[in-house]
Amino acid sequence: MKIYVPLDSAAKALGADEVADAIMSEAATRGLDVQVIRNGTRGMIWLEPLVELEQDGTRVGYGPVAVEDVPALLDGKLASLGPVEDIPFLAKQTRLTFARVGVIDPLDLTDYEAHGGLAGLRRAIAMTGAEIVKEVTDSGLRGRGGAGFPTGIKWNTVLGAEADQKYIVCNADEGDSGTFADRMVMEGDPFCLIEGMAIAGLGVGATRGYVYLRSEYPDAIAVMEEAVRRARAAGVLGADVLGSGKAFDMEIRVGAGAYVCGEETSLLNSLEGKRGIVRAKPPLPALEGFLGKPTVVNNVLSLATVPVIFEKGAAHYAGFGLGRSKGTMPIQIAGNVKFGGLFETAFGMPLGTLVNEVAGGTASGRPVKAVQVGGPLGAYLHPDQFDTPFGYEEFDQAGGLIGHAGVVIFDDSADMLKMARFAMEFCAVESCGKCTPCRIGAVRGVETIDRIAEGDASAIGLLTDLCETMKDGSLCALGGFTPFPVMSALTHFPDDFARQKEAAE
Amino acid sequence: MSLSKPAPSAEEIREIVASQLHLEGPLLPIFHALQDAFGCVPEGALPVIADALNITRAEVHGVMSFYHDFREVPAGRHVVKICRAEACQAVGADALAARTLEKLGTEWHGTTANGAVTIEPVYCLGLCACGPAAMVDNKVVGRVDDAKMAKLLAEAGA
Repeated sequence: MKIYVPLDSAAKALGADEVADAIMSEAATRGLDVQVIRNGTRGMIWLEPLVELEQDGTRVGYGPVAVEDVPALLDGKLASLGPVEDIPFLAKQTRLTFARVGVIDPLDLTDYEAHGGLAGLRRAIAMTGAEIVKEVTDSGLRGRGGAGFPTGIKWNTVLGAEADQKYIVCNADEGDSGTFADRMVMEGDPFCLIEGMAIAGLGVGATRGYVYLRSEYPDAIAVMEEAVRRARAAGVLGADVLGSGKAFDMEIRVGAGAYVCGEETSLLNSLEGKRGIVRAKPPLPALEGFLGKPTVVNNVLSLATVPVIFEKGAAHYAGFGLGRSKGTMPIQIAGNVKFGGLFETAFGMPLGTLVNEVAGGTASGRPVKAVQVGGPLGAYLHPDQFDTPFGYEEFDQAGGLIGHAGVVIFDDSADMLKMARFAMEFCAVESCGKCTPCRIGAVRGVETIDRIAEGDASAIGLLTDLCETMKDGSLCALGGFTPFPVMSALTHFPDDFARQKEAAE
Repeated sequence: MSLSKPAPSAEEIREIVASQLHLEGPLLPIFHALQDAFGCVPEGALPVIADALNITRAEVHGVMSFYHDFREVPAGRHVVKICRAEACQAVGADALAARTLEKLGTEWHGTTANGAVTIEPVYCLGLCACGPAAMVDNKVVGRVDDAKMAKLLAEAGA
């Protein structure tokens, strides 16, 4: 009997390791022939640890499973959730990037191939670099890290650059609160990211790649390092990628706790062994990136989406989505939420449908007050804006951004002045220090919000002015976008900023 | 990982530094390797690194001090990180952190008097759908409440 227990961090954080151990020891005691497979997570975090029993080719789910439930589970007496694929949260999704996550054993290359893995790379090997880049351009894939820049155009710049060495750098510095899709891919389907990077390498003529992975993800680091070793041993990486005669190899590099290193130029500096300070653009990293060489810098999700584009074709991928937001987006639902987790769907779903129907509203059962989309630099949206469709341009028009598609839900106990203050405080802690509006502005922002909290309404104009300066004068998104959460909190929740002066004034 | 050890010898430091020099951009890997071995980046390592990479000692210090992860002195025997980011705040991480700090009688980055636990803020562990989240050394914990935190701290010897 095959039993699946996730090894994903979120499942582990809720006791999956202990459950897996209990299953093995209970099975041994009973003399049962049980094979425990550690899969990735299906992304239904409220059900973790979600244990699956394979019965007649169908995987039946149980969850959340506690250690005490294990005897009943093996007796067949534990209440089941039915076939996992039929659980509505999963059944409603369109899984392209996450097709294998939670399904396969992440470190089993045979299992990976049996589920469509390496088909994309094999197809790419038969193509020229220009054809590979065109396929990505035709798919309409846009950078999933936040900026939404068309991936094919970036690749084309690197393809056209003349150099003795080019690089593929994967940005796995997923520091935005409310996002965990990169982590899920790396822990649940690491070969997919490796395959995507290899295709990128073949496409633009880069033979070396790096994954810059944040140190806050020790489990993802361990899985990725092992996956790279296995891919190399199997000839997926190395001097002769799958017998193509072309070389591509890669390494995992661990970050060191600096949020700003998620910004691509700061990441490149960090990778080179410098302080993670933002570089002015131009020159573009595509022309002068890592060690001054042409470099593709892409987010984990962008690169992990590449294999499916090559497996199923650009047209298949571009067939999903809305307007210029093509394909699917793995949306991460988090915070005070009933059904939190990963929901991959075609662009276009209204925010309210996501929050109220898919996510089931708040965990506390209280009304939703605000939703922050796009991490610490994303705007707080008010329920009045719930008809906004999930798309790059649509969110831009609503005064927000989708960023890395983290959706954090707050109930009515949230104090939006406090959240605005936190945004400034975070910017002050994490500023790289290069440009003044960010370095000084964030500190002054905290002070100004404290004045408002003490009842000084005249400071509101000052805060607005400061935010304008930060937005226009900062070099990167950290200082430039911190005004999004601050100003959206101020604009949509003015009551939280209208503090009474203390009587003792 | 963070037990206090005798001061590392110059020989040990040179060996670790040399083991990373084949990498492109070896400085962060060097810091990580030193910290894995000694629980911190010992001051005596800075001139060795500067010499090996042909950069100034000030530059080495500048890089090291830029990153939150690297320590000048070892942490307590265990490091407990509590997530302070928005998704965890939405489920009460702020109050949990405040109560924990009060209970331990320390501030952020502080170590308990018995040297057992250093407590640090972390901005996102990617456990945003099962917060409040924490990490003890490298082990992740989700849906942390007061009872769970008390158990974690007791296990760590705080």
